[in-house]
Amino acid sequence: MAVLSVGFALPLRHYRLELELEFDGVVALVGPSGAGKSTVLAVIAGLARPASGRVALDDEVWLDMAQRVFLPPDRRRVGLVFQEYALFPHMTVRQNVAYGGRARADELLERFGIARLAAARPEQLSGGERQRVALARALARDPGVLLLDEPLSSLDAHTKAAVRGELAQLLPAFGLPTLVVTHDYEDALAVAQRIGVIVDGRLRQLGTPEELVAEPADAFVASFIGANVVRGRATRRSSQLTEVLLETGELIYSTDDVDGDVDIVIYPWDVTVTTDDGSARDEANVIRGRIASVMRIGGRVRVGIGPLTAELTRAAAAELTLAAGVPAQANFQPEATRLHRRR
Amino acid sequence: MRRLLVALAFFAACVVALSFLLLPLVALFTHTPPGTLVHQLSNPVVEDALVVSAKTSAFAQALIILLGTPTAYLLATRRFPGRTLLVTVVELPIVLPPAAAGIGLIVAFGRVGLLGGTFSALGIDVSFNQAAVVLAIAFVAGPFYVRTAIAAFEALDGQLVMASRTLGAGPVRTFFRVVLPLAGGGLAAGAALALARGLGEFGATVVFAGSLQGATQTLPLAIYYEFAVNLNVALAIAALLVIIATAILLSLKLGSMWQSSRSGSRYRYAITASN
Repeated sequence: MAVLSVGFALPLRHYRLELELEFDGVVALVGPSGAGKSTVLAVIAGLARPASGRVALDDEVWLDMAQRVFLPPDRRRVGLVFQEYALFPHMTVRQNVAYGGRARADELLERFGIARLAAARPEQLSGGERQRVALARALARDPGVLLLDEPLSSLDAHTKAAVRGELAQLLPAFGLPTLVVTHDYEDALAVAQRIGVIVDGRLRQLGTPEELVAEPADAFVASFIGANVVRGRATRRSSQLTEVLLETGELIYSTDDVDGDVDIVIYPWDVTVTTDDGSARDEANVIRGRIASVMRIGGRVRVGIGPLTAELTRAAAAELTLAAGVPAQANFQPEATRLHRRR
Repeated sequence: MRRLLVALAFFAACVVALSFLLLPLVALFTHTPPGTLVHQLSNPVVEDALVVSAKTSAFAQALIILLGTPTAYLLATRRFPGRTLLVTVVELPIVLPPAAAGIGLIVAFGRVGLLGGTFSALGIDVSFNQAAVVLAIAFVAGPFYVRTAIAAFEALDGQLVMASRTLGAGPVRTFFRVVLPLAGGGLAAGAALALARGLGEFGATVVFAGSLQGATQTLPLAIYYEFAVNLNVALAIAALLVIIATAILLSLKLGSMWQSSRSGSRYRYAITASN
């Protein structure tokens, strides 16, 4: 498969967007709104001009500011699916798709199950149908790279789940380097093989979902992928044990070897919950508090206690009387904590 | 009681205003029997003026659309220092007294004007001939088109233009396949406004081109000169111009209704107060 390499710097109003990225397969760029994600797509597509940088698909150079190379969008083999789809309102579905390329239009209409809508106007379509037309149109020009800007954000919850599943199936099958921009980590998880977390114009980490969980680059990445992040002050006690005084007053232990102000990262599934019968128990890493919330999601139950969220299986949860206001304690092993020195 | 009086006063003002606007138009058609008016249209003065008006308006309209469309597109889509100033320059002739515009045209393009020497070296003579009429109309009516066209281009969703470019269409194809069809309704409206304004042009034309029957005498000029000679001829021409203007306005309104019902687009051109 072809490889797209992107590296550029572009000063924006509030920060400087800087990115180095080389990838094939399906990659999702996630981050909060305003992180510069969509601008990355604009630079790749030729809709924005960075101050410096280079964009190339294998040895096909699209942008090289040092060499004064800047191909306009129409000369880059790129398929871009816009957030609001940007379908031409004065054309039928078929004309929209054929605008990208006549040769494959009919094949693509069939493939995406929209052949029956060929004569319809975009305004007559549902959100999910528009999404497919936009994708078919982008592919009709036979692109070397596929870019999707927030493909799920303008859909209602029901359609979104269905389209997410479709994209997860379709995208890898195109065999193109594909970049999906989204603010929703769950969407990224569903459609991409690798995920890049971008904040304030910087790519903090790029990896498989497993890699992000195993080794989050920093506290932001950890919290973004759903981990607990609490603040504290670490003091090294031995090479195997670090004592951390949490801002909330509890003393906990970690096996990470760090000194100073830290963010402590603990995954919800590493936290166990017991209801507090008032008896003092001699265990490391106990946080006592009243249950703040109980939320059931699929086969799992999320329980909020003080600064932590724990995730239990339904079976484990069934053995406890979990309800808001009930005194409880949260436990986790020193090995389950990761310390990130705060900058 | 006082409330009732205020309401009555508003109502009365409205009746007076509307009657004031409508009465001259009604009088044009009732002063002389319609049969007599129709008969006047075969008067050679009217026939000549009709031909001059049709010809010069057609040329002026072509000039306005050919030069005005790209101008409006650039002003609508580019952001640069001094853009607001340029837009103001484009709009200026709308509020300028036409007679002042006529004098300006003379000292710019006339024989003794700024470009007079250049023009005569090229064998072009633009004073007191039909070329001068065309320039006068284009100067006075053009801004109505450009202004409406700028609004139409600005209302266009920029994402559609970008989408077209990423789909492999260059700027030219994008302009003709996406921009023009979507802005077309607004452009047609602007062209209609310019046509209506141009057909009625008097001040700049009379100053810059004179009023020679069969050469530079357009319909409005013919009204003025026939007024002293034969009132019925003047009335007939005036009635004709009112009918044409009404037809243009009606087609504009119908066009906009049709367009908004068809496309469901949020964009509608506005015929603003100064138009």
